[in-house]
Amino acid sequence: MATSENGAPRELKVIGHPLRKVDARAKVTGQTRFADDLTLPRMLHAKLLRSTEAHARIVRIDTSAAEAMPGVRAILTGDVLPEPFGILPVSQDEHTLCIDKVRFVGDPVVAVAAIDEDTAEEAVRRIVVEYEPLKHVASIDDGLAPCSDADRIHDYGTHDNVHKYVNLEFGDVEQSFEEADLVQEDSFYFEGNTHLPMEQHAALAAFDPDGKLTLWSSTQTPHYVHRALAKVLAPLPASHIRVIACPNGGGFGGKSDPFNHEIAVAKLSMITGRPVKICLTREEVFYCHRGRHPVLMWVKTGFKKDGSMTGMHFRSYLDGGAYGSYGVASTFYTGALQTVTYPVPRYKFQGARVFTNKPPCGPKRGHGTPQPRFALEVHLDKVAHRLGLDPAQMRLDHLVPPNSLTANYLRVGSMGLGACIEKVVEGSAWKERYGKLPEGHGLGLACGSYLSGAGLPIYWNRMPHSGVQLKLDRSGGVACFCGSTDIGQGSDSVLAYVVAEVLGIDPFAIRVVTADTDLTPVDLGSYSSRVTLMTGNAALQAAERARELLAQAVAKKLEVPAVRLTFAEGRVFDVEDAERGMTFAEAVQAAEAKFGTIGTVGSYAPPASAGKFKGAGVGPSPAYSYTAIVAETFVDPETGIVEVPRIWCAHDAGKCINPALVIGQIEGGVYMGLGEALMEEMTYRGNRNVVHHHPSMLEYKSPTTHEMCDVISYVIEDPDPNGPFGAKEVGQGPLLPVMPAVANAVFDAVGVRVDEVPVTPEKVLRALQAKARGRDPRTGPTRLPEVAWRPPMRVPPPWEGGTGEALPREGVEVTK
Amino acid sequence: MLRLPTFRYLRPESVEQAVAWRTDGGPEAAFVAGGTDLYPNMKRRQQTPPIVIGLGRIPELRGISGDSDTGARVGATTTLTRVCEDPFLVEHYPEVSRAARTISTPLLRNMGTIGGNVLLDTRCNYYDQTYEWRRSIDFCMKKEGTICWVAPSSPRCWAVQSSDLVPLLCAIGGSVRLVSPRGERELAFRDLYRDDGIDYLNKQPDELLTDLRLPARDGWRATYWKLRRREAFDFPVLGVAACLRLDGDVVREAHLYLGGVGSWPIEATGACDVLVGRRLDEETIQAAAAQAYRPAKPLDNTDFHMTWRKHMVRRYVEGALRELSGDGAAPRD
Ligand SMILES: Cc1cc2nc3c(=O)[nH]c(=O)nc-3n(C[C@H](O)[C@H](O)[C@H](O)COP(=O)(O)OP(=O)(O)OC[C@H]3O[C@@H](n4cnc5c(N)ncnc54)[C@H](O)[C@@H]3O)c2cc1C
Ligand code: SF4
Repeated sequence: MATSENGAPRELKVIGHPLRKVDARAKVTGQTRFADDLTLPRMLHAKLLRSTEAHARIVRIDTSAAEAMPGVRAILTGDVLPEPFGILPVSQDEHTLCIDKVRFVGDPVVAVAAIDEDTAEEAVRRIVVEYEPLKHVASIDDGLAPCSDADRIHDYGTHDNVHKYVNLEFGDVEQSFEEADLVQEDSFYFEGNTHLPMEQHAALAAFDPDGKLTLWSSTQTPHYVHRALAKVLAPLPASHIRVIACPNGGGFGGKSDPFNHEIAVAKLSMITGRPVKICLTREEVFYCHRGRHPVLMWVKTGFKKDGSMTGMHFRSYLDGGAYGSYGVASTFYTGALQTVTYPVPRYKFQGARVFTNKPPCGPKRGHGTPQPRFALEVHLDKVAHRLGLDPAQMRLDHLVPPNSLTANYLRVGSMGLGACIEKVVEGSAWKERYGKLPEGHGLGLACGSYLSGAGLPIYWNRMPHSGVQLKLDRSGGVACFCGSTDIGQGSDSVLAYVVAEVLGIDPFAIRVVTADTDLTPVDLGSYSSRVTLMTGNAALQAAERARELLAQAVAKKLEVPAVRLTFAEGRVFDVEDAERGMTFAEAVQAAEAKFGTIGTVGSYAPPASAGKFKGAGVGPSPAYSYTAIVAETFVDPETGIVEVPRIWCAHDAGKCINPALVIGQIEGGVYMGLGEALMEEMTYRGNRNVVHHHPSMLEYKSPTTHEMCDVISYVIEDPDPNGPFGAKEVGQGPLLPVMPAVANAVFDAVGVRVDEVPVTPEKVLRALQAKARGRDPRTGPTRLPEVAWRPPMRVPPPWEGGTGEALPREGVEVTK
Repeated sequence: MLRLPTFRYLRPESVEQAVAWRTDGGPEAAFVAGGTDLYPNMKRRQQTPPIVIGLGRIPELRGISGDSDTGARVGATTTLTRVCEDPFLVEHYPEVSRAARTISTPLLRNMGTIGGNVLLDTRCNYYDQTYEWRRSIDFCMKKEGTICWVAPSSPRCWAVQSSDLVPLLCAIGGSVRLVSPRGERELAFRDLYRDDGIDYLNKQPDELLTDLRLPARDGWRATYWKLRRREAFDFPVLGVAACLRLDGDVVREAHLYLGGVGSWPIEATGACDVLVGRRLDEETIQAAAAQAYRPAKPLDNTDFHMTWRKHMVRRYVEGALRELSGDGAAPRD
């Protein structure tokens, strides 16, 4: 939209400028009201009794002692709400409260509402639950092992405790290995980790005498919470349920599922007729989880001498935790985006997700793609060394071309990775320093790519993914209504900036009303980096429609052709004679006089994906962002301790709607990635009832500002035709290359490979000790589990005559 | 947020009152100074005193006096921030201030006191967990249970000595003054601790710690090296305190204590034997470090892998001794 109505280039007044966020003042002065800050008259407080068993049948629940306590108003058990829910239609496997069995330590069993938190907590302690323990599943290996029907975690899924297999083949990869000059095989492990938002989840429900329910919650996806409430609370009509997402104090994917506590307080409010609130403890937030899956990976790739690939075979094994959550999508994502950075002419992907008795894994920033990206980028670094090529140059020489289709039918539009690599190479003085620094000091490079929104909705439908309504009133006020949720990333601001740009008004004069299922049109939620692109496009459409109405009315009144009118600085005027015009408020009045009340709508649905095979729904996106990172490390050879003083990050965001927010996301992504690279681990004691190692902010190690490195950010603007003003995502992409860049830099520093995340000092030291003894200077997985894969779905790639349809299936494969 | 259990809070205004009320309060009453250790423990139901006696209003317990020729006195409720910043301590006992600076965060140091620090409860990843978590593994012998989950065949608890000041104060010597209804006594730091994760103090629960005595500054030099994941606020998973008296470059007296790798500050006597009488050169340092790591007993109940922690003892002892020899840099703080 860099052109005006008459086609001449127009200077952007709002877009591209580092304006403050529309909610910034409230945030920095502590005025923002998060879910936890809300209170209503007569409000009750709820607490959940959570399972102390990893896997057990519930034999008996005795709530009599709790019921007898003064101050206890309601006690809810699972049998009252038998309807299951879950984020994906294929994984409706959760209950508000466990009914017949519990599946992990922390699974909610009973909910209590009482007059205050202390009473609710004491009541929970007085409830007796008798369990009959079942065999528990604590690892990927356990999850792949055969098990009796009685010990299965769920009675759905592929078989035993395998939740999902994926097996896709795009061209004959075995043949591609024969055509290669070098075939490289590696295995990697990526430990699970969690989002750790500062704000703990909280929800408040109020059921009013008219039979209407309102839920305020710290959620990233009010629309899906609305759907889950309607499903579980039926026959309460969906139209009687209102979900309001409060500003989130961080989400990162951890507030994207409908949660037990949200439904429990809703039901407790319906039972008691009083508002009911719950605030989770930090420990409970660890149990909500939905974070990064632990993934074991194997990759085999054929290369030509020049570093180009002939074909790739990738396998991933995911430890899913106790419920489905987004897991089916996560499994596909561990195999989806390998193809969008460097051309992979033939590609095979096999993925297996197992259920284990741990809090469920799901989407965390990068959803399913950081793990394979780590594997791929370290794998490439090793190959560059074997081929004697510079890792940066090898990548630059083989980039996926813009406007192309990949082997797995992903449509790449704008592609700024080359420019990103050049920036970080220059910034870090890579050519002068890589491979030449003194012992202990190293540089490492890695790249990545991420979606700007998933091409398909979570439940199948043909409706828009995002909707915006604008209301213009005669005072000149503009209100923008949208279902999107600001989780701190600035999506409310993006709406205001886009509308302000089109209507030529001050963004801070716009009232933005978001994330309220009664008042705002549906937006699917703040996940998959979809908001700027999708709500931005919807807002653009609504604003252009409003401008069109105003232009018609003003044109008539001023007797100027509408194409000559421009909207800027709160005025509408003739481009050829700026004196001839009126204020924006007058323009609205003219339009209101001509057309009646002025309101417009805009909506957005992504383009259809190119793949037609089953599973083609995960991976397509309207646009892909690209990132390149160089990390500098210092590794103490005596201790194995890795320090990362500096990271250079270049990110292709298409076009900055607001460069300050873009750089904020880059720095935030690097920060989160650094934690994953060096220390974060969501681990359990498999031999001790599968309890979480340390569900606390003190012992779950995540970097503080003290450990944070310097970040030198570069924004590459390669506008994408599908993005509003050309914008692509920046919320997730910059995280992806951090972990492999650090691992590659450790290799440059001390010549050892840690094929595992996090790269902890003990692993580095073990590899150094192996090196000193003349053994393989590496720590990482050494064996892979045995899996009886289902036969692959074969889809010939586009250049082998493929149409995106699968060929008929045949045979079974067994692999080790 | 985790909720505190309900309790009665008393605020005595003198040492006598505090001691008397503690006796009246019965065996389960507790003193509290900054509360940075006690209150989190109460939230996790590791301790649930029905009566808590706050020491903040007792002027005699606060402040720093004395001089470096005869030794200094530091009142038990002196905050850690004061210990870090007090000009007298910074000048005459810089290693004490420096060790205090490695403790947690500025906010915690504003509240936490030196008395609370030296009496800090021992820590363990199986114990420093909420009631519900501990119930999920069926508790352990330090609280409510019968087994040690870290070493299930062990008859004792191996919870870890985790104060940063304790190893250093043991190394430099000095003492504490304790007051109870039975009177007053002075106890050397080195005698205050016991090698037991549960009964880790040679102090009776009703004894009030009134002040700490730092030894006269008569020629010794000392340092403290701390290992932890994040310098911003983690507990030590290893602390090495070394105090030497040198005659030229020959070691005349050596005290080496290891924190964070056992239930009490472990005296590395083997290493001290190596040091005494020898020149403090690289060879001696390495020989001492090779001895020092033997008594360390890291187990799988803190952050980091235990074998790596044990390995790190050598590296950190070397670092500390090199610093004292004048050949190496001090640790960052
Ligand atoms: C997140 C976090 C990080 C921490 N990191 C560190 C660290 O890195 N290094 C470290 O050394 N410590 C650390 N601590 C522990 C602790 O905060 C400090 O050791 C602090 O000095 C304790 O002092 P306090 O006054 O708050 O103790 P309190 O909590 O008031 O008391 C601690 C114990 O001593 C008893 N007590 C206190 N004063 C007296 C007295 N005068 N007489 C008799 N009994 C008394 C209390 O009854 C209680 O049992 C950390 C704590 C937290 C919460
Ligand atoms: S060392 Fe053993 S007994 Fe002591 S706190 Fe830890 S688990 Fe409990």
